[in-house]
Amino acid sequence: MMRTRITHQDVDDIAVGGAVLGAGGGGDPYLGKLMAQRAIEQYGPPELIPLREVPDRALIMLPAGIGAPSVIIEKIPRGDEAVGVLKALQKHLGKKAFAVMSAEVGGLNGTIPISVAARLKIPVVDADCMGRAFPEVQLVIPNLYGVSATPLIMADEKGNQIVLSTVSNEWTELLSRTMAVRMGGFALMALYPMEGRIAKKATLPGMVSFCRRIGRTLRSARQHKKDILAELLKVTKGTRLFKGKIVNLDRRVEKGWNLGELIIQGSDDFRGESMKIDFQNENLIARIGDKILATVPDLITILDQDTAYPITTEGLKYGLRVTVIGMPCHRKWRTPAGIALAGPHHFGYDVPYQPLKANGGVRKRHVSSAGN
Amino acid sequence: MSHRLGIDVGGTHTDAVILDENKRLVAKTKARTTPDVTSGIIQALKQILEQPGVDRCAIAFAMLGTTHCTNAIAERKHLSKIGVIRMGAPATLSIPPLFSWPADLRDVVTDKMFIIHGGHEFDGREISKLDQNEIDGVIRELVGKVDAVAVTGVFAPVNPAHEKWLGERLRSALGEDVPITLSHEIGSLGLLERENAATLNSALMKTAQMAFSGFAKAIAKEGLRAQLFLGQNDGTLMGLEYALRYPILTIASGPSNSLRGGAFLSNLKDAIVVDVGGTTTDVGVLVGGFPRESAVAVDIGGVRTNFRMPDLISIGLGGGSLVRRDNGSVRVGPDSVGYRLEEEAIVFGGRTLTATDIAVAMGRANLGDPKRLAKVTRSVAKPVDRLIRQMVEGCIDRLKLSPAGVPVVLVGGGSILLPDEIEGASEIHRPTNFDVANAIGVAIAPVSAEIDRLFSYAQYSRQEALQEAQKLAIEKARLAGADPNNTEIVELEEIAMAYLPEHAVRIKVKAAGPLSPDSTGIRATAS
Repeated sequence: MMRTRITHQDVDDIAVGGAVLGAGGGGDPYLGKLMAQRAIEQYGPPELIPLREVPDRALIMLPAGIGAPSVIIEKIPRGDEAVGVLKALQKHLGKKAFAVMSAEVGGLNGTIPISVAARLKIPVVDADCMGRAFPEVQLVIPNLYGVSATPLIMADEKGNQIVLSTVSNEWTELLSRTMAVRMGGFALMALYPMEGRIAKKATLPGMVSFCRRIGRTLRSARQHKKDILAELLKVTKGTRLFKGKIVNLDRRVEKGWNLGELIIQGSDDFRGESMKIDFQNENLIARIGDKILATVPDLITILDQDTAYPITTEGLKYGLRVTVIGMPCHRKWRTPAGIALAGPHHFGYDVPYQPLKANGGVRKRHVSSAGN
Repeated sequence: MSHRLGIDVGGTHTDAVILDENKRLVAKTKARTTPDVTSGIIQALKQILEQPGVDRCAIAFAMLGTTHCTNAIAERKHLSKIGVIRMGAPATLSIPPLFSWPADLRDVVTDKMFIIHGGHEFDGREISKLDQNEIDGVIRELVGKVDAVAVTGVFAPVNPAHEKWLGERLRSALGEDVPITLSHEIGSLGLLERENAATLNSALMKTAQMAFSGFAKAIAKEGLRAQLFLGQNDGTLMGLEYALRYPILTIASGPSNSLRGGAFLSNLKDAIVVDVGGTTTDVGVLVGGFPRESAVAVDIGGVRTNFRMPDLISIGLGGGSLVRRDNGSVRVGPDSVGYRLEEEAIVFGGRTLTATDIAVAMGRANLGDPKRLAKVTRSVAKPVDRLIRQMVEGCIDRLKLSPAGVPVVLVGGGSILLPDEIEGASEIHRPTNFDVANAIGVAIAPVSAEIDRLFSYAQYSRQEALQEAQKLAIEKARLAGADPNNTEIVELEEIAMAYLPEHAVRIKVKAAGPLSPDSTGIRATAS
């Protein structure tokens, strides 16, 4: 793959792709998109380079937001926090960052590295650490390879800055989450500093361009009046799991998370069935009756039925007409260690992980009649 | 005696009705919609008052659904020059106000934008202190240079203290003639969308003053002593005084009025309403008597807002739609002869083949002189007629949720185009006075208000918080003109804030009620 520049239009596409891979979480990428586009207008488009072109000894840093998506839609960042923490981490380590990488392409954190790269005039690596969005700092592929999230530096818009050095990535999650709340519900971090040679085995290559491809596909399907859902399923190797209307939405806060479930009453070829989806910021499990259709770490995304535009967990409303799709996660999640880290058990569900088949397509029927 | 006068401005016609105290139709009329809108409204007003049986003294309420504000934004005309102030620094500097606006609209509206210190955190703490010197500097920039000001503070829906303080400061510095819009009074959470709404609202102040006060003057000139209301985007009403402060809420009220009028005339609470006008057809869904609202962010003139808008589909099909046939294929609309229908349609002696001609040729309507349609044979008309039906069926299919048929209500003057058999419809309703459903819709609409606030369940019990929220919504509806004794909570939503510690909950409540006889709206007087 060639080196390219990330343009204004690319950011639109990456944001849409990020919303699809956000699996309900990660925050609406609209703001991240505006921030990245503003940075590109001011500082020029940054370079996107393939993971394999990163020199083995070169240092990569991950700028990312932590906190509540519902806070960031109100208290937008100052804009240079992410650059600030990155520079502080450089100083702390005594080494310059060769490039930045996205911790999660799903949601807001897919576009934050683009703003940082534009401002610092360094490249964005075409890779990420999960290929989706997850609600906790330790739920990343590098964790499976023993990469530490720290030293981590986090900051708010006021100028407060904290350096974390922890004994495990679980501790990093606990401490950074607490700090983020005190900082006003949202903060920017630079974390998981790693050398090129580590990143090449411990991250997922091609994820930024994959996001962009999803966005482009949807844009072109819309322009040419093609079947948007079918095109989306094709590019994501996804499966249409269900179609219907949200008839029950139970959202509650437990242990600082947005936990809940929703019931979707089937329509059209799913008439008479109802689907239940459990979520913790991201959608975790989709089932019809006792039958599980998809679980984490596979991706479950809820789309607006008319526009096929992804709806985040905060945006769910009673009465919305939605299509639910499932998309297979990256194969590195499907290892025993990956499933132990981010499978249904981690989120407190006593159910086994059943890998979602790739390319289930649009015609897949509900499970109860599959054997008929 | 408390009769209601309802006037609704459509793309082609401005309709007026008078209903008696039992909401029965006393009179109806149609005037042409004019480019300036106001003269069409005045014409409709004059016509309706001349109708037999109309008692001017009995008219206690006058409701207007108008496109003044929609047009002002779409055409970038008559907009106020405003100042835009955001409080939140050092937060929010990454995206300046109006960043995503179309450049031509932004340039017309403002060249004075500021991000100053102030604003709050999600839990109500201050992000930073207000800076008096900074505020003095902003005021020096604004004095004598702006017609209106929009003020938006970070998390103002949670803690409006800074917005209120700055509002007072600006009022005393700039004078009563410069209206100030405070964002927490219009929008919900979502800084940019709320700021956009506050800014558009400010920019519409001049238009609102001209249009709504013009309406009040016209009413007074006719000797009516009626309390005035404006139709809102969600199909409910607000008082004149409130509308003058929040003109943005009148955007897209038309389709809501036709949905509500359709519900009232057909006596249905759950149905699809198809409103065929002279140029366009709006298809929307009634749920429990209210228009179903859109799930996605709504753009107004290219500006993203978070307003409540009916979820509807508009297509270019109306009574005046041009019919074209070439190489065996048929097209209807989107262009229309509009109000010139009675000159240009073949059936009226004109030379343009319109959708109305097809309806007459199919024997569906009895208008003009059918003999003129000698060349429009059944074999010519049939494929066009089928296309018109399919265009509407396509909209119904997109909006309905199940394969089972749903009741369909046909309203609007152009609904004579449609047959009695429509795919997807379990039954077709063509209520009496279908042609003025919009004006009836605005005349009978309830008055409503919505609140959207964050509560901490650590400070209040859930029960207390819900009660407080409902009280606030009912109070807001009362301020808008509703009878507090009959106001109901029509929507209630709790949203737990993701990632926040326990108990931060956003509660949205909407209250709606029938008109209060002693509502606080301005009374139009003959002075």
